[in-house]
Amino acid sequence: MSGLILEESPTTGDEIITNYTINFGPQHPAAHGVLRMVTELDGEIVTRIDPHIGLLHRGTEKLIEYKTYLQALPYFDRLDYCSPLGMEHSYVLAVEKLLNLEVPERAKWLRTMFAEITRICNHMLNIGSHVMDVGAMTPNLWLFEIREDCLNFFERASGARMHSAWFRPGGVHQDVPQKLIDDISVWLDKRLPELFEDAMSLVCDNRIFKQRNVDIATVSKEDALAWGFSGPMIRGSGIAWDLRKSQPYDAYDQVDFEVPVGTRGDCYDRFMVRVEEVRQSARIIRQCIEKMPAGPVLSSDRKVAPPKRAEMKQDMESLIHHFKLYTEGFHVPAGEVYVATESPKGEFGVYLVSDGSNKPYRCKIRPTAFSHLQAMDFMTKGHMLPDITAILGAMDIVFGECDR
Amino acid sequence: MAVLHSAPKWSSNEGVLDKLVAALAHRVAASKEEHGEIVITVTREHVEDALRILRDKHEYQQLVEIAGADYPNRPERFEVVYMLLSLTKNHRIIVKTTTDEVAPVPTVTTLWPVAGWLEREVFDLYGVVFAGNADLRRILTDYGFEGHPFRKDFPLTGYQELRYSNEEKRVVYEPVRLAQDLRQFDFTSPWEGADYVLPGDEKAGEGK
Repeated sequence: MSGLILEESPTTGDEIITNYTINFGPQHPAAHGVLRMVTELDGEIVTRIDPHIGLLHRGTEKLIEYKTYLQALPYFDRLDYCSPLGMEHSYVLAVEKLLNLEVPERAKWLRTMFAEITRICNHMLNIGSHVMDVGAMTPNLWLFEIREDCLNFFERASGARMHSAWFRPGGVHQDVPQKLIDDISVWLDKRLPELFEDAMSLVCDNRIFKQRNVDIATVSKEDALAWGFSGPMIRGSGIAWDLRKSQPYDAYDQVDFEVPVGTRGDCYDRFMVRVEEVRQSARIIRQCIEKMPAGPVLSSDRKVAPPKRAEMKQDMESLIHHFKLYTEGFHVPAGEVYVATESPKGEFGVYLVSDGSNKPYRCKIRPTAFSHLQAMDFMTKGHMLPDITAILGAMDIVFGECDR
Repeated sequence: MAVLHSAPKWSSNEGVLDKLVAALAHRVAASKEEHGEIVITVTREHVEDALRILRDKHEYQQLVEIAGADYPNRPERFEVVYMLLSLTKNHRIIVKTTTDEVAPVPTVTTLWPVAGWLEREVFDLYGVVFAGNADLRRILTDYGFEGHPFRKDFPLTGYQELRYSNEEKRVVYEPVRLAQDLRQFDFTSPWEGADYVLPGDEKAGEGK
């Protein structure tokens, strides 16, 4: 609460208050994490915002330099803890690109399917909290039901609700039971549309919700490009850019889905893009269930992927491979790649530099939130103080990823 | 080499490298195409220039990321790596330049406003200076932090640690005290390139 300066007005003799600077955060429920924003206000109008980030900086990239390629993987779950598998996806693809490693067909489909479940899971949290930030309580509770279902699916696939570490270079760690796929299929038909459409029927055409979001923080196509927007943020501004469509990876070139775009580039558009993405993700998951072939889920290249436990009991070579993989790890050919996937929040990239050893020489993580949050200043300028929460909510920022 | 991996596929790299190198002419210091990535190294003073040409003449509309990297053995130890994306051509390239602790890199905030924070991050973590960036403050590290933590010669454990002191009723900074040294195991095979002498093996090479 600094910066309160009282001045005498030279004409009327009244006291006028010049710009007022407040701290938004570091602990604020609508900041979705630890974000401190130094906000300069003219009355209730925002004139300048200076986001201070880094309060959750853990030096992930530096830690990864000291770990083998496999040990580095779980760090990615802890970046964007709302969509852990989306983060892992970029990393395993980067390692596979350096190794030029072929992934079995079933593993591609499994990864595609669970990346989409992750997208639903992430959007449930974002849509719910966005709605709550602008004043509605009920939809959030319903959406958390869906999120809970998703987390249960992750648990049944990997054993962990959030930090799955399930995608591995060469495929996925373990196959999923058929019962899980059947249950997801039933969930897609029944529970997801019921809960989700019910919740959305309360929000999408709601007068209060529209008043809080329509025409708030409009971003033009040119601005969206210049500020490095991606994901729902760039699509909300009307650019049909989706890496799943334009630069397909894993099985995305074999599934059919639509890319929703906004028309005005405001908070409401960004919100509605996410709402439609949930429906499209459900479509993709349905196709994955139908098209997924049987077969192995992990590469048979024993220099990268570990052997099955049963083989290790029988076979000396398997035992040696297992031992070497979990002590020394595998060596990756020298070189550098930048691999970006469409994470639920936008383009999540990994710039991986290998020097030919068993540890990454440099692993730069390209978070989605970094460039979005930087645009906060120009997006909020001229808006009212309570609009900040709506703008921040529609950005979908998680600090585990932003601060790394 | 046949592409076996399933990483994102963008439009063909064929001929792109030659075309861009020709367009950038004397600004190019080195270029290569490896692992399906086009990497162009440009001289430091021409960074802004080169990126402007790529943005305006070759449709690389978006600056996706700026990464720093530290190679202490090189004469100019730092690399600043720009990831560019073309939405119209559906293509990605990597442009990079080199610098040391003092030589400033021209800012590209004049081309893309997003470069502001990206350059701040490289400055914060590596100490690379960007000439022309009006807001070159630290961004990820603590207020009042000293040093540049992602340099290879900065220890993983850092120098300072902080905790809440119940006596002083505030957060206090103290030098790092490790109960156990940071353990670095070397798992590389002694038959393939380990360059240390195994205990008891000191005389192994003498007879040769």
